[in-house]
Amino acid sequence: MTRYGMVINVDRCVGCYNCFLTCRDEHAGNDYPGYAAPQPMSGGNWTKLLELERGQYPHVKVNYVKVMCKHCDSPNCAKAASNGAVHKRADGIVIIDPVKAKGQKQIVDACPYRCIEWNEEAQLPQKCTMCAHLLDKGEPEPRCVESCPSGALVFGDLDDPDSAVSKLVASGKTEAMHPEYKLKDKVTYIKLPKKFVAGTVILGDVDEVAVGADVKLTADGKTWTVKTNGFGDFEVEGLPANTIFTVDVAAAGYKAASCEAKTSKDVYLGEIVLAK
Amino acid sequence: MAEQEFINCGIGAMLKVTVEDGVITRMRPLRLTEEDGGRWTIEAKGKKFSDPRKTTINPFNIAERMRVYSENRIKYPMKRKNFDPDGERHPELRGKDEYVRISWDEAYDIWVKEITRIRETYGPAAVTSFVSSHHNYGLLYYKMGPMPRFFNILGYTQLLDNPDSWEGWHWGSMHTWGWYWRFGQSDAFDMLAEAMKHTEQVIYWSVDPNTSAGGYGGQETVIWREWLRELGIGGIFIDPYCNSTSAHMADKWLAPRPGTDAALAQAIAYQWIADDTYDHWFIENRTVHFDEWKAYIMGEGEDGIAKSPEWAAPICDIPAHTIKAVAKQWASKKSMLATGTQYGTAGACRNSFATEWCSLMIHLAAMMGIGKDGVNLWGGTAHGAPLDMSFKSAGYSDMGWDVFGLVAKQATFPERNTVSQRVYRIMLPEAILDGHIEWLGEGFCVQYPEQQFKPMQYPEPGPNGAEIRMIHRHGGSFISTMTDTSKWVRMYQSPKLEFVVMQDCHWQSETKFGDLIFPASTNFEHADISEWAQPGGYGNGNVNCNHRILMYQQKCIEPLWESKPDYQIYCELADRLGFLEEYSEGNSEEDWIKKVFDYTDLPKYTTYEAFKEKGYFVVPSLPEDYKPTVSNKWYYEGRPVDTPDRFNPLMGTDKSTQLATPSGKIEFIRTRLQERFPDDEERPPMPRYIPLFEGHETKGLVDKYPLIMMTPHAKYSYHTHQDNKIKWLDDIRQHRIIKDGYAYWPFRMNPADAEARGIKDGDIVMAYNDRAKVLGVALVTERCRPGLVHSYQAGAKYDPLEPGNADSVDRGGCVNLLSPSRMTSKNAYGEANMSFLVEVCKWEA
Repeated sequence: MTRYGMVINVDRCVGCYNCFLTCRDEHAGNDYPGYAAPQPMSGGNWTKLLELERGQYPHVKVNYVKVMCKHCDSPNCAKAASNGAVHKRADGIVIIDPVKAKGQKQIVDACPYRCIEWNEEAQLPQKCTMCAHLLDKGEPEPRCVESCPSGALVFGDLDDPDSAVSKLVASGKTEAMHPEYKLKDKVTYIKLPKKFVAGTVILGDVDEVAVGADVKLTADGKTWTVKTNGFGDFEVEGLPANTIFTVDVAAAGYKAASCEAKTSKDVYLGEIVLAK
Repeated sequence: MAEQEFINCGIGAMLKVTVEDGVITRMRPLRLTEEDGGRWTIEAKGKKFSDPRKTTINPFNIAERMRVYSENRIKYPMKRKNFDPDGERHPELRGKDEYVRISWDEAYDIWVKEITRIRETYGPAAVTSFVSSHHNYGLLYYKMGPMPRFFNILGYTQLLDNPDSWEGWHWGSMHTWGWYWRFGQSDAFDMLAEAMKHTEQVIYWSVDPNTSAGGYGGQETVIWREWLRELGIGGIFIDPYCNSTSAHMADKWLAPRPGTDAALAQAIAYQWIADDTYDHWFIENRTVHFDEWKAYIMGEGEDGIAKSPEWAAPICDIPAHTIKAVAKQWASKKSMLATGTQYGTAGACRNSFATEWCSLMIHLAAMMGIGKDGVNLWGGTAHGAPLDMSFKSAGYSDMGWDVFGLVAKQATFPERNTVSQRVYRIMLPEAILDGHIEWLGEGFCVQYPEQQFKPMQYPEPGPNGAEIRMIHRHGGSFISTMTDTSKWVRMYQSPKLEFVVMQDCHWQSETKFGDLIFPASTNFEHADISEWAQPGGYGNGNVNCNHRILMYQQKCIEPLWESKPDYQIYCELADRLGFLEEYSEGNSEEDWIKKVFDYTDLPKYTTYEAFKEKGYFVVPSLPEDYKPTVSNKWYYEGRPVDTPDRFNPLMGTDKSTQLATPSGKIEFIRTRLQERFPDDEERPPMPRYIPLFEGHETKGLVDKYPLIMMTPHAKYSYHTHQDNKIKWLDDIRQHRIIKDGYAYWPFRMNPADAEARGIKDGDIVMAYNDRAKVLGVALVTERCRPGLVHSYQAGAKYDPLEPGNADSVDRGGCVNLLSPSRMTSKNAYGEANMSFLVEVCKWEA
């Protein structure tokens, strides 16, 4: 049995917005009876990108998170719909019926991910269809995946253990955007941004960067260790948010240094100067 | 009507276009079939990487149908309301006048009468015509196509384009290592496999491939950099702004103050000399004058100052220990220097005195031993997939200013133009307003190295010169792309310009200055032929794609409203002036396409009918036994040049192992400049850091305008062609930010600079200096180094609050109103609009 799903690799996303624009190109003004009424000519956000700027000058990076319908196996929107206006197809794609759903604004509110939009003019709740109208014609993937230049979007059959998407899910690297919703998302993520703590270690006496210095982060009884790179920089990625870490820095022949980092945001500690 | 699919192309991507009932409904990439061929695999470090089997599109091309049907299309021929060719012309109303719809016949009648009168009164040199780059894609319909052929036959004052995207390379590094036929930069053949197999690290210096990839090759190379990451080939990024590639994948971001890159380069060289980590063999055998330069760097030169990291630190505002660490990391690994070429155009090479940094990049490349395994100059990681470059095709710059001349019985360029007067594009406003300009060089100087030294003046002395009285502008806008562009507003309002014609698809920023307007159709409304992303000529082989694909660009829809294809417009004008036969040689659009087809190697593989029907052809894979010819490797190894750089004039001569410099080697002292301009302190024979003429060291001015604005090329608009035409782009925060119902251009600022001015993210702000005032929305970001305002140029529309007033506040985001007219340096006539001083304040209307 085919069961479609997608893995979004945040680490691979270059933030080009092709997926966002492609979705509009496919759906804005274009009618696919049985699948979706036309998206408005402007303003449609069936797929969108969250731009997350992380860190402080001069240690900054940007992640982009594609946000779209998760085609949940237990979709709240279907439960909220009357008249069977939202149904999950045999292949797992969740479709809002463009005729039956007319006027049913409660469908929009039912999605905890806020991935359903209200089309005011058509009085319709609307969302990503996974381009089911194309898949049913035999095309291999939705338009957003087709236009992704970096391989950040992997689409396929979750029930086929040999599919690329299944292998990624099996690798244990994927996660739901909000596992606590317990909606059995079929659109999951790799490397959803958590928080990082970074810094640069300097040997004070010679005014040189410290290469290979030991950095240890401690919080709630857990530790993370890392060595500084050739630029004297360290970065510990994937840390829990809103946690206070103790950061210990040590280099042979120098006095150890210690400071705190609170991950209410990504933290660049700046230069940590070690004294002889 | 059934759904139809056509093949066409935008400036950023080849496109599969869906049409239903005569209306374009979708634009998609192309999925290659097994039958299409063109497959390749690179084996590197135990892994295999193969060509992607679908093409990539850059963002604005996906939304291209919005541009085709934009409300800003010019729909009908128009005449300016208060322009009366038989009475008052009211040039002062250009830019604010209204327009009235007229018929094509009326428009042609006015045009014929006016051009005839002007030619008879002042001579043919009183007419000029010019065009921006890339508003339509296609070999025949490109800027070097129908317009220049028409005017070459008629005779006109040709505008010489300044080498706009290459400036510092063209005026600087050309004298360090030759390559004048490629604007002072080397080619990049077979570089992808070379990097993947042998390189350990890439230095991205003033390049942002994931942004500028949009031009030409879609996003074809995005996957290359993901492969490099997969192989553990790291990246050091040097750019005052944490650009989009850097924000995605930098191992280290170094943010020198704008325009101090040359100081940073000198400090890196100092460290390599101090650590003795440079390639002595290469320096001794492949370069000249190193010792004199080395003495200068080490503080044993004329100024006695060591160009150490400690010296550079306060200039660049980067700690000395960081500069040292970067120098050491660079020297410790086999590194590609990814600077310049297509993805580095309009970067630091557009700073004032950029000749110095560009030459110093070659110095560093030489010290690394450019050409040995894994060590090379790979412009922006832009080109160099394993493609068959021997397949004959055509690029737009193969023939100069008459691309039809590739296949015409009689080419019209350069001989046919009877007018020898020229005018320099970037100085056209001064030429019109002051009546006289002087400059050096014949524009794109790729014929011979001294071509850029040639003294020029306008009007041409003698009976054949004349002041310009008529402009026929074709496609695009220089308001926004050229420097200090409010002077273009003043120019258009000059009474000296008796007649101004605008021929374009869209209402561009410049269109409203026309007296007469011809609506042209887009390349989706006529047929054409091209190779994807192939410039030919000065960019020969610079194909930033995973396949070479030749296209029959199929006509998708009928011309919209009353627009006509440019070729048809010029044919109808030529007919009225009596030279249609010479212009067209009896060829229809289709005939020209067929002739180009026959010119290429396509007939060896397919028939014209099959090509036309299918719409594209993928150049077959390289043969199994193909031996890569990596750029610059021949020079390192002392062999005759073996790359397919077909315009290299030394190829096949007794100098084929040499570079095109006087010594045949890389010159640490530019002897050609030493001979011609020995006392030029702004471009001295020995390259060196010279502070920006508008930068953090500019005493006086910096007190008034303490921020430096840097303005690289935009991501979501190729020049001005997509902005203001595709509304969807306004919803992308890095392109425009909607505030109070208006989509403003973002001005990026460091949080400290914003806070000091009481500016919050999302505020409407004004950037200003003595030249102009431009509104935008503050995008407060840690990606901006302190003291920097970052805003993309050559993308935004010009939208003055008071139309027709050159001094009006602009709210379109046209930051080139703020940039200086002053050139790269006194003998280098390039544009210097990368960095300049501004102040920013909250805008309160």
